[in-house]
Amino acid sequence: MSEAFWALGRGSGVVLLALLTVSVLLGLLTRSGRPIGRLPRFGVTLVHRNVALLSVVFLAVHVLSLLGDPYAQLRLVDLVVPFAGAQSPFWLGLGTLALDLMLAVTITALLRRWIGQRVFRAVHWATYPLWSIALAHGLGQGSDARSTWFLAGAAVAAVCVLSAAIWRTSVGFVEHRRHRLEPVR
Amino acid sequence: MTLTAPTATRNRGRAPQGLPRLFTPGTADFGAHRAAFGELPHATGLIDEVAAAGLTGRGGAGFPTARKLAAMGTHGIAIANASEGEPLSTKDAALLTYAPHLVLDGLELVGRAVHAKQLVVVVKAAHEDVVRRAVGDRPGGSRIVVRVTEDRYVSGEASAVARVASTGIAKPVDRTVRLTSREFRRPPTLVQNAETLAHIALIGRFGATWFRSLGTTSDPGTRLLTVSGDVGAPGPIEMAGGATVAQILDAADTDPAGIRAVLVGGYHGTWVGPRDFARPLVPRQDGSGIPAGAGSIYALGAGSCGIALTAGIARYLADQSAGQCGPCLNGLPALASALERLRAGNRDPALAGRIQGLAGLVIGRGSCHHPDGTAHMVGSAMDVFAVDVSAHLQGYCTEVHR
Amino acid sequence: MSGVRSTEARSSPRLHIDWTACDGRGLCTELLERRLTRDPWGYPLAVGGSSRNDLVLSEEELPAARDAVALCPRLALSIVTR
Repeated sequence: MSEAFWALGRGSGVVLLALLTVSVLLGLLTRSGRPIGRLPRFGVTLVHRNVALLSVVFLAVHVLSLLGDPYAQLRLVDLVVPFAGAQSPFWLGLGTLALDLMLAVTITALLRRWIGQRVFRAVHWATYPLWSIALAHGLGQGSDARSTWFLAGAAVAAVCVLSAAIWRTSVGFVEHRRHRLEPVR
Repeated sequence: MTLTAPTATRNRGRAPQGLPRLFTPGTADFGAHRAAFGELPHATGLIDEVAAAGLTGRGGAGFPTARKLAAMGTHGIAIANASEGEPLSTKDAALLTYAPHLVLDGLELVGRAVHAKQLVVVVKAAHEDVVRRAVGDRPGGSRIVVRVTEDRYVSGEASAVARVASTGIAKPVDRTVRLTSREFRRPPTLVQNAETLAHIALIGRFGATWFRSLGTTSDPGTRLLTVSGDVGAPGPIEMAGGATVAQILDAADTDPAGIRAVLVGGYHGTWVGPRDFARPLVPRQDGSGIPAGAGSIYALGAGSCGIALTAGIARYLADQSAGQCGPCLNGLPALASALERLRAGNRDPALAGRIQGLAGLVIGRGSCHHPDGTAHMVGSAMDVFAVDVSAHLQGYCTEVHR
Repeated sequence: MSGVRSTEARSSPRLHIDWTACDGRGLCTELLERRLTRDPWGYPLAVGGSSRNDLVLSEEELPAARDAVALCPRLALSIVTR
């Protein structure tokens, strides 16, 4: 039985990393204000949100299944307090950090209308460290971390996110930016 | 209803007969002011009296003052807007120098009538000293707060004035409710032009009938006008309401025959050609006359190019954008550039259409009326200077460029 | 043009754009494509050249307008009724 939990924990972790990567890329596309293919801008926004929410679901599966697996030695406190784990505390701690950041980003995103754009945006910057820490956690903690396919996938994800981040810093990133004056706010 | 309740001990002063009204005695001395006009009257019945007087705002919009006062919530902030961001207007500066206590009387009266918890005067830095001195000379004047705002065009917008009074930022705010209503974290706020308050100070003492004894039915009372440009006697002048452009030019020692066009109401105002010099000033656009706006009258001499001037004003207005709203920040410079190309005699036949199109593009698409006013002024210019527009589109101009 | 607005227009729900927040991202122009287009700089522009700030909404347009309000990346939209 614990084997099943272990497998579920591993599998959901890999899927979670993939979903987070897609979410970050879609988030950058959302920020650029551009459509993609036949998907209009509001569609990009919706898919970004849905993928992000789906990753929250997979995070829950990942954490719950590992809580249910005695081999993982995961305690409830490890979900919020980083680097206090019984087994490989550092890499596990990264996972805890990522979870905490994910909670903050998700809650502020759901409450955006009430907390205002400024606060939402400030917390949302945490998605960059969130993704990086989650990837590091997966590479250091994950049981698949030694396998080729996982490493290859992680490399591809890293290249994609890095390229997108570089695109983020370019002048023409946001639609129309090249052709207009920007308001002071 | 009148304000002749028995108050035997109050020295009421003498109601000015004829003109001038606001500048008799024309002094910043508190004692002389009180001797001329008498004590501050009761505020009971003030709003009704102002309604009967038909007073409209003198800050540019020409809104019926009594309606604004009646809509004002209690325990709010009453603000005297003496910032006068309009470069073509010096009437409020004149009031601050020669009749500050009329303005402050009006502010105090209005404050009582709307049960305001705070009174504020908003001025440019240049007038801070004179206002502080006047406030200091008044009994109970210490409760009046003096705030200095930027010397920028949009700083005079009502929401910018309200904002500078509370947070010190002189930029307009997006609003879905009127300033006079209460909002989350903002009390009801009443913004009144300095001249409007000065008139209220006299209406409160001498009544609506006295106020209406000069002026017309659609523009009762008197107005302060600032005459400038190619005129014989430039400067602020008080005239009866409903004066025609020809009468105003005459009062400023100017022969209308020597005037190409007049810009009525400031940089957001209306260009008027000789054909309409017999039309009267009115508080708001209603088809019966020319909207007075902030009361500034700029006369362009015959032989001067209206396109050149309009392009210059448009560029100034573009630079004065608060820079908060995309359509204004981008649209006004584009409009100014198009007008500058026209001024230079660009032979593009589509240029006139482009100018009209850009002007129409910015209307209503900002958090204040800066783009609207600019578009209105440009539209009236293209109409009044149509002959010059045609000439420029053919590459020449017979007039002098300023 | 100032003047009396019809009572119907006054009490109908209207889409209000906070221009100090709008960044011209264009989501609203996709969701309300019959009412909004984009100006040369990307900012929403009322189709038919309405020169009033607020767009009067019909009953059928309300769901799309609510979506636009919820999805605007700058929280620049609101529906006002007065």
